[in-house]
Amino acid sequence: MRKTLFSLLAAAAALSFAASAMAEQKTLTVYTYESFTSEWGPGPKVKAAFEKTCACTLNFVSVEDGVALLTRLKLEGAGTKADVALGLDTNLISEAKATGLFAPAGIDTAAVKVPGNYADDTFVPYDYAHFAVVYDTQVFKTPPKSLKDLVEGDPSQKIAIEDPRTSTPGLGLLLWVKSVYGDKAPEAWAKLSKRVLTVTPGWSEAYGLFTKGEVPMVFSYTTSPAYHMVEEKTDRYQAASFSEGHYIQVEVAAMLKTAADKDLARQFLTFMISPGFQDIIPTTNWMMPATTPSQPLPSAFGTLVKPAKTFLMGSDEVAKNRQAWIDEWLGAMSAR
Amino acid sequence: MLTTAERRRGLAGGIAVLCLVALFVAAAVSALLAWDAGASSSRLFSAYTLSVLRFTLLQAMLSTALSILLAVPVALALARQPRFAGRVWILRLMALPMGLPVLIGALGLLGIWGRQGLLNQILAADGRAEPVSIYGLSGILLAHVFFNLPLAARLMLAALERLPAEYWLLSTGLGMKRLSVFRFVEWPALRQVSGGIAGLIFMLCATSFTLVLVLGGGPAATTLEVAIYQSLRFDFDPPRAIALAFLQICVTGLVLAAMTRLPVPETTGTTAGRRLQRPDGAAWSARTADTLVLFAATVFLMLPIAAIVASGLKADLWTLVTSAIFLQALRTSLEIAAIAAALAVAASLGILAGRGAVADMKHPPAVARGLSAALGATSALVLLVPPVVLGTGWFLVLRPWGDVAPYAPALVAIINALMALPFVMRVLAPAVETHRERTSRLSASLGLSGWSRLKRIDLPVLARPLLTATSFAMALSLGDLGAVALFGSSDLTTLPWLVYSRLSSYRTHDADGLALLLAILCLGLAALGTAGRREVGHD
Repeated sequence: MRKTLFSLLAAAAALSFAASAMAEQKTLTVYTYESFTSEWGPGPKVKAAFEKTCACTLNFVSVEDGVALLTRLKLEGAGTKADVALGLDTNLISEAKATGLFAPAGIDTAAVKVPGNYADDTFVPYDYAHFAVVYDTQVFKTPPKSLKDLVEGDPSQKIAIEDPRTSTPGLGLLLWVKSVYGDKAPEAWAKLSKRVLTVTPGWSEAYGLFTKGEVPMVFSYTTSPAYHMVEEKTDRYQAASFSEGHYIQVEVAAMLKTAADKDLARQFLTFMISPGFQDIIPTTNWMMPATTPSQPLPSAFGTLVKPAKTFLMGSDEVAKNRQAWIDEWLGAMSAR
Repeated sequence: MLTTAERRRGLAGGIAVLCLVALFVAAAVSALLAWDAGASSSRLFSAYTLSVLRFTLLQAMLSTALSILLAVPVALALARQPRFAGRVWILRLMALPMGLPVLIGALGLLGIWGRQGLLNQILAADGRAEPVSIYGLSGILLAHVFFNLPLAARLMLAALERLPAEYWLLSTGLGMKRLSVFRFVEWPALRQVSGGIAGLIFMLCATSFTLVLVLGGGPAATTLEVAIYQSLRFDFDPPRAIALAFLQICVTGLVLAAMTRLPVPETTGTTAGRRLQRPDGAAWSARTADTLVLFAATVFLMLPIAAIVASGLKADLWTLVTSAIFLQALRTSLEIAAIAAALAVAASLGILAGRGAVADMKHPPAVARGLSAALGATSALVLLVPPVVLGTGWFLVLRPWGDVAPYAPALVAIINALMALPFVMRVLAPAVETHRERTSRLSASLGLSGWSRLKRIDLPVLARPLLTATSFAMALSLGDLGAVALFGSSDLTTLPWLVYSRLSSYRTHDADGLALLLAILCLGLAALGTAGRREVGHD
């Protein structure tokens, strides 16, 4: 028994040492979220494309999601090995700035075209998508046409949503309802709660319930149907277009003050908004590119919902009110 | 009946385990407390916290009571029919829920009990318009029973099987009725273990996270664990997280203390170690009743698993199994699980040695009694320390020494070992204590000690509980996502992590396939843990 234990410990140690032994070449370390670096995510292709142009090694370190990414940077502080953080969303920017860890990008971002007039000198957008209710066309012939329709619709037709306490889409829906209903948001939530089948901790759980057929609507993105059309060749799942407009999620990246080679980091950010990176995004990250890509998007993207109006709250406003609005949400949702 | 040296070694072992566990937890907690989060933005003891606490305790108590009550007939039936075709497979099946990532288990349950599940399809075909909804407290209870009934039943069965085989012969010889057998033989044995099992299940349910959110139907169903996760992940307010964790440990600890303080009579008896036979189970009526109970339990457990298998088979399993990332995740998962299991078993043996040494003293001094109590509490309460707290805390502890990534596998293994400790203790403690009662005098009079005692007396009897405990711990570690999620980096990919990562990039089919593979792996481990089960009793 003891012998096995030792050999296992030795194996684990060997595994770790192998990981820390790195190449001597110039390296750029990018912290990002897990689905970015997974084998179908943009990560592998981005790495190959960037390494061709930079004579360097691009290292991804991935954590669970954008929130975990910021937490990780807070934990590491000025001692972080990250040169670039990629994958924060606009709601986190205020908090991210407060850490004082980030440096202005200092690159030309004129090519970036993101709805909702987002602009920042530090955090550069690389993709976006509008939040949307995605529904199963085999169940719904007439999907809700507006947020009001969703709130006031037939309570026997259920939706799965995410929890704003634990997930970014959950927070997105909270902000969307707040943007549309303002002070009347609690009443809207009280009504909507009758339609809510369940509130999941994250997007994956809700979407899992949806694709298993347990619930005919889920809170997701306008781009979700593109995945099913391109990868599964089915147009069964569609996003509902809401007449009030849609709330947007913009994903951004920024350079850290402590970046070892600032020029290399800047080179990466420039690459990030160039076609070499942007062409990869749509069919790997399933988001809309932040600049005009060099090739036309797959035809499936042409059929996606294009919101007439975009909602986006300033991240300072979100940071200031988040707790109060979550409390309000808890009150309205728990009352049913 | 221990020699002075043995007693000293036992005490040293107990103290060492206690110190190591305490140090590991304290280091994480103090690192988090030292973190300056600025002014904590939200009040700790708000009406919200109180309602969350109330719900946490309510659902945990109901879940525990239901799991235990429903497990009793299952354990009794399994014990009364020691030899029938497929028995060992029912036992192995019971090890499955524990090794499944909770989300997969939840989706499997919904495949049967959900709005579009089997039950509602049958009801709809029968002309019922409105589907039966389990979301809310009922869904949470259903899921907790699904995950914990098998655990309770297995542990109770072990207690029944430890009873001397002579008891059953004697009770038949005396012509005892079913009720009398239960009252005088089975119940005392179950009572001895049920407090501990209830405590274990209570902790699991009180700290339940994903199940409660997914099946609870809304934020009214929230546990303290959710609040801790939120304050550490989303708000990044470590002192608040620690305060909530303390609240969780204190309140749950109080309930546990009340639960385990029920007086427990000793039921060990001497035995000639004859082959276990249950003449009382041979009657036609007994066989029918037991078959019905086991059939119902198997169907209840099997249907959700069948749903998981059915969706898993839709995946391209061959491509999955041969992909490099799967093989890497498999290797990492098995390594972590093996180390975690070894650590948990070693720690349990240390704790048992310490407690054994104290129990052996005629008049143990207060310090020794304190040590024994502390050892008991450590092994019971460590499950209440949220892995997210341990992980984040240790991240801060290790930070000054450079990159944390190389330590991540070791940390995950240690955290998994701590989580498995209470399970391993539930398996090993009764076995070791009963064994010691039965053999210590004999070994002492034969002058057997140390290695030869271990080889000739202990291992032949304890090998099986040790194996069971190891497979328990490994399954638990294999199914655990929590500890890994914190460190998540491309170097540390485990199987549950892979399942979630597939789910988070739309690849549901792959996730289903991976979940099926994970289930097969757990079944394999369970087979390992129940190896030789056919040989009930020792010939």
